[in-house]
Amino acid sequence: MRLPLLALLARGPAHGYELKQDLEQLLGSAYPQPNVGQVYVTLGRLEKQGLIEGEDVEQSSRPNKKVYHLTDTGRAALRAWFEEPEDEPRVRDEFFMKLALAPQTGLADQIALINKQRRQYLNTMRQLSKLAAAEDRDNRIAQLLIEGAMLHLQADLDWLERCQEELEELE
Amino acid sequence: MSERPAPVLRAEGLVKTHHGEGAPAHAVRGVGLRVRRGEFVAVTGPSGAGKSTLLHLLGGLQRPDSGSVWLDGECADGWSEARWAVERRKRIGIVFQFFNLVSNLSVADNVELPALLAGVSPKRARAEREELLGELGLAGKERSLPGELSGGEQQRVALARALVNHPPLLLADEPAGSLDSKGTREVMRLLSRFHGRGQTIVLVTHDARLASAADRVISFFDGRIADDADLDDTLSRRAGISGVLEFKD
Repeated sequence: MRLPLLALLARGPAHGYELKQDLEQLLGSAYPQPNVGQVYVTLGRLEKQGLIEGEDVEQSSRPNKKVYHLTDTGRAALRAWFEEPEDEPRVRDEFFMKLALAPQTGLADQIALINKQRRQYLNTMRQLSKLAAAEDRDNRIAQLLIEGAMLHLQADLDWLERCQEELEELE
Repeated sequence: MSERPAPVLRAEGLVKTHHGEGAPAHAVRGVGLRVRRGEFVAVTGPSGAGKSTLLHLLGGLQRPDSGSVWLDGECADGWSEARWAVERRKRIGIVFQFFNLVSNLSVADNVELPALLAGVSPKRARAEREELLGELGLAGKERSLPGELSGGEQQRVALARALVNHPPLLLADEPAGSLDSKGTREVMRLLSRFHGRGQTIVLVTHDARLASAADRVISFFDGRIADDADLDDTLSRRAGISGVLEFKD
């Protein structure tokens, strides 16, 4: 979550707990809640790399809190992040290897492998549907995140169907 | 020992071959299944796998070459077309991909017609219609003709028509097949809502998103059941779900 934290700091200085809350609000309940410890560790790393700088701010009756701001290097890193397209999602290699190698081993049946994998995807799909229903309908970013995950799974399921059609013909 | 209640729907050894031009198409090749009261079952598979034919056999829209269907434990083997037509008004509601509304009847008449045909009083039919259309967000559209509505709205009218006589079983054949993604989500939400109130549903779809609303998914390939899986109802963030939603790094 290095770059997302940098991106949140592009708006202005903030402390760790604020950043965690901002992320939660943006991505909604669909997203696994970022662990506050993980946020602090990442901030420490970003500071060491010179991408952000922290400043202790005194608080009455509480320990000091550290407010971070983006450095010029950090801003450049963020620009470079936005500049580059991301890698394509990949076909699940491990499942594909099982499918490709099963017949030679005599230890697993291809159709049984496909069925097992389909159950897994369908269960995940069901959980995503439930998340979508539970999530605030007006949080478009969160809804898009879930819809994206569902469309990926739909494609994986379509591909399993193709595998099954092709491999059943051989039997 | 108390007897278990008969399943709402049961089929054994269903076979159906279509004889058209060219080679005979083996659409359904020996299918048995049981659907318990309150269950929501999705049948998925590639197009041409025979899943729509299966649904037609279950609703009596086509007759099997062999095999039998039972509704609430009652065998439908000897039923005439007329008897099936009666059952499709009382015990089975059906929605189709292309809605199949009567185009020159108003929305209200489309929904009330099956109630009137089933012998319900006009007053009661109107009350049922008003309640369903209100619930489905169609209040104010009563006088519209189906052609004046969007696809999503027409499918909701079709759903109201299918449910107006409170049938124990709802059959849905690709109900979102001609809808956009918003319409699909709407159909999914409504099916889930009726299911939540105890409606038994058998849904045929190639859309895994729609299928995932069901408690049980039957994978249909080449006229046969390839897999029959109960879906997990617990919301865990462990297995697949975090992998598809989480940050790297």
